[in-house]
Amino acid sequence: MQQRRELDQVYTNRKLLNGQLDTPKWWLPTVVILGFVVLIGLAVIATMINKGLGVTGLARPVYWGLFITTFVFWVGISHAGIMISAILRLTQAEWRRPVTRAAELLTVFSLLTALVFPLIHAGRPWRIAYWIMPYDVARGIYPNIRSPLIMDPVAISTYLTGSTLFLYIALLPDLGNLRDRTTGWKNAMYTVLSLGWRGNPRQWKMQTVGGILLSALMLPIFVSVHSIVSWDFAIASAVEGWHSTIFAPYFVIGAVHSGVSAVVTMMALMRWLWKWDDFIRPEHFDALARLLIVVATGWLGFTFLELTFALYGQDAPEIALREMQMFQWPWNMLFIIFFLTAYAIPVPMWLFKRVRTNIALMFWTSILVNVGMWLERFLIIVPGLARRTPFVYTWEAYRPSPVEWTIFIWSFAWVTFLMLLFSKFFPLVPLFEQKESQVFTDDVMIGRAKVPAIVREAD
Amino acid sequence: MSTQSILGLFQQPEPAADAMDGLKEAGFELGTFDVLTGTPYPEGAFGEHVPQHRLFRYPAFGAIIGFTLAVFLTSVTQLAYPMVTGGKPILSIFAMLIIMYEMTMLAGVIATVVGIVIESRLPNMKPGIYDTRITEGWIGVVVTFDDDSKVADAEGVLNKAGALEIKHA
Repeated sequence: MQQRRELDQVYTNRKLLNGQLDTPKWWLPTVVILGFVVLIGLAVIATMINKGLGVTGLARPVYWGLFITTFVFWVGISHAGIMISAILRLTQAEWRRPVTRAAELLTVFSLLTALVFPLIHAGRPWRIAYWIMPYDVARGIYPNIRSPLIMDPVAISTYLTGSTLFLYIALLPDLGNLRDRTTGWKNAMYTVLSLGWRGNPRQWKMQTVGGILLSALMLPIFVSVHSIVSWDFAIASAVEGWHSTIFAPYFVIGAVHSGVSAVVTMMALMRWLWKWDDFIRPEHFDALARLLIVVATGWLGFTFLELTFALYGQDAPEIALREMQMFQWPWNMLFIIFFLTAYAIPVPMWLFKRVRTNIALMFWTSILVNVGMWLERFLIIVPGLARRTPFVYTWEAYRPSPVEWTIFIWSFAWVTFLMLLFSKFFPLVPLFEQKESQVFTDDVMIGRAKVPAIVREAD
Repeated sequence: MSTQSILGLFQQPEPAADAMDGLKEAGFELGTFDVLTGTPYPEGAFGEHVPQHRLFRYPAFGAIIGFTLAVFLTSVTQLAYPMVTGGKPILSIFAMLIIMYEMTMLAGVIATVVGIVIESRLPNMKPGIYDTRITEGWIGVVVTFDDDSKVADAEGVLNKAGALEIKHA
C-alpha cells in the first residue's frame, strides 16, 4: 500500500513549514471571518449567562438538548487523536505519519470546546466551582464522587492534560527545526519551546520509547472517557433510551467512527489548503477508509444491539420510546437522515477503491458521517426526555432556540479558528516522522518487481 | 583549561559512522563524542553508544502517587461529608474506583512526560556547538574535550572520515 516517494529534507522543511515561515493568502481573511463568528458566539454566550437559560429552548421535561448533544459530539471527535496516533504508533503503521499531529490536535481543541458546553449549560457557570470542586472547608461540603457528573470532568481533564502533553512531546523535534529556520522573536520563542533540542541518539530514543509508552497509557484513558460520558446517561434509570448497559462500548466505538471521519475531513482540507500533495496522498485516505469500514460496521452492530436490548425486555415505555424515535414525526425524519448519513451512504461507497482514493468524495462522505453522528447523539438524548409520560403535564416539544444554534455554530468556528492559529506557529504534519519514513524506507527487488520495504527495529 | 567542542558535518550516514568509529579507535572516551541528526536513525546506525535510560520507572512512580492521592481524596471527602444513600456504606467502592483509575493514569502520564524530558537531558538552554543544517539532513559529529591537545587528533579523524566542514566552539 505504501508508495515510495523520495523527498529530500530541505524540500520537506520548505513544504511542511510553509504555514509558519510564510503566510498563505487565504489564511488571514479566513481567520478574520472565523474570529468574527467566534466573537458573535461569545457575545451570545455572555447574553445567555446574563439573561439565564430562558433564552434557550430548554424547558421541562427536555432539560438536556442541543448543548449536551454538542458536548457529546465534540468529546466523540476528540477520540480521533488517540485512536489514530496511539494505536497506529503502537502497531507501527507506516501510513500514520502525516496523520498523527492533526489527529492529536483535533483531540485537544475539540475537548476544550466540549468542556464549554456543560459549563454554559449550567446557567450560572461560576457555580461550577462548587459543583466540581466544592472543597468548602468552612461548611464541610465535598464533591459527590458517586455522581457521573463528577467522574466526567475528572476523566475529561485527565484526557485533555494527557493529550496536550502527548502533543507537546511529539512537537519537540519540530520545534527544534523551526528554531533553526527562524530569526528574531520567533527564534527566541522556538528556542524556549524546544527546550534546547539537538537531535542526539538519546533524545531520539526518548522520542521513540516515550511515544510508545504515552500511547499505551493514553489508550485506556481514551476508552474510559467516553465510557464515563455514556454513564451520564446510562445511570439515569428513570429515562427510557438512556438506561442501557451497552452504552459504554457503544459510545466509544461511535466516538471512534466520528473522530476518524473528522480526521479524514481535516486531512483533505490540509492537502488542499497547504498543497501537501506529496505528503497527504490518496493511499492515506484509502487506509483511513478501510479502517472506517470496520469501525462503522462495528458501530452499526452496537446500534442494532442497543435497539434489540431495548425491545427484548418488552417494557412498554421503552417500546413506546423506540416507536417514537423511528416512526413519529419529526424524529422519524431525523432517524432516517441519521442512518443514511452515518452508515448507509458512506460505507457502501467506501467499498470501492475509486472512492477511497478520491479525496473530494472522502471529504464529503466524512462530513456526512459527522452529520449522522451528531444526529445519533441528538436522537439518544432528546426523545427520551421529550416522550409524553403519564402524570407529567409539561408536554411542550423541544425546539432549539436561535441562541442554541448560534452557540452550536460558534463551536465549529472556534475549533477551526484554534486550528488555524496553531497552524501559523506549529507544523500540522510531523516533519521528523516524514523524514524518518525516508530513512527507514527503501526499494528492494523481489524477482523482477521493485517494491518499497520498510525497515523496523527489533524492539 | 576550558571545555572545547568541535563539530564535523557530513551529508551521508556512512562517513559519519566512519568518524564515530575513528574517534573510538583514536582513544576518545564514550560520552565525549556524539552524533546529531535531524531525523531518527536506526539504533546503532553510527556505531554510537546505545543510551541507557530509566524511563519505564517514571510511569510506575507516577501511578503510585496518583493512586495514593485518589484513595485519600475519595475516601476522606466521603467520610468528611457522610451522606447515607439507601442504607448503603458511606464509601462507594465502585465510584471510587473510577476516580482512582483516572487519577492514577493522569499522574502516570505526567510522570512519563517529566521522565521523557529528564531522560532526554532537557531542558538544555546552552546546548553547545550546533549547526542549523542538521535539521536539513546533514549529520553532525560533535566531540567535546577538556584537553586542548586532543583537538588536532579529533579534527584529523573527522577530516579523514570525510567531514565537509568542521566548526569550533
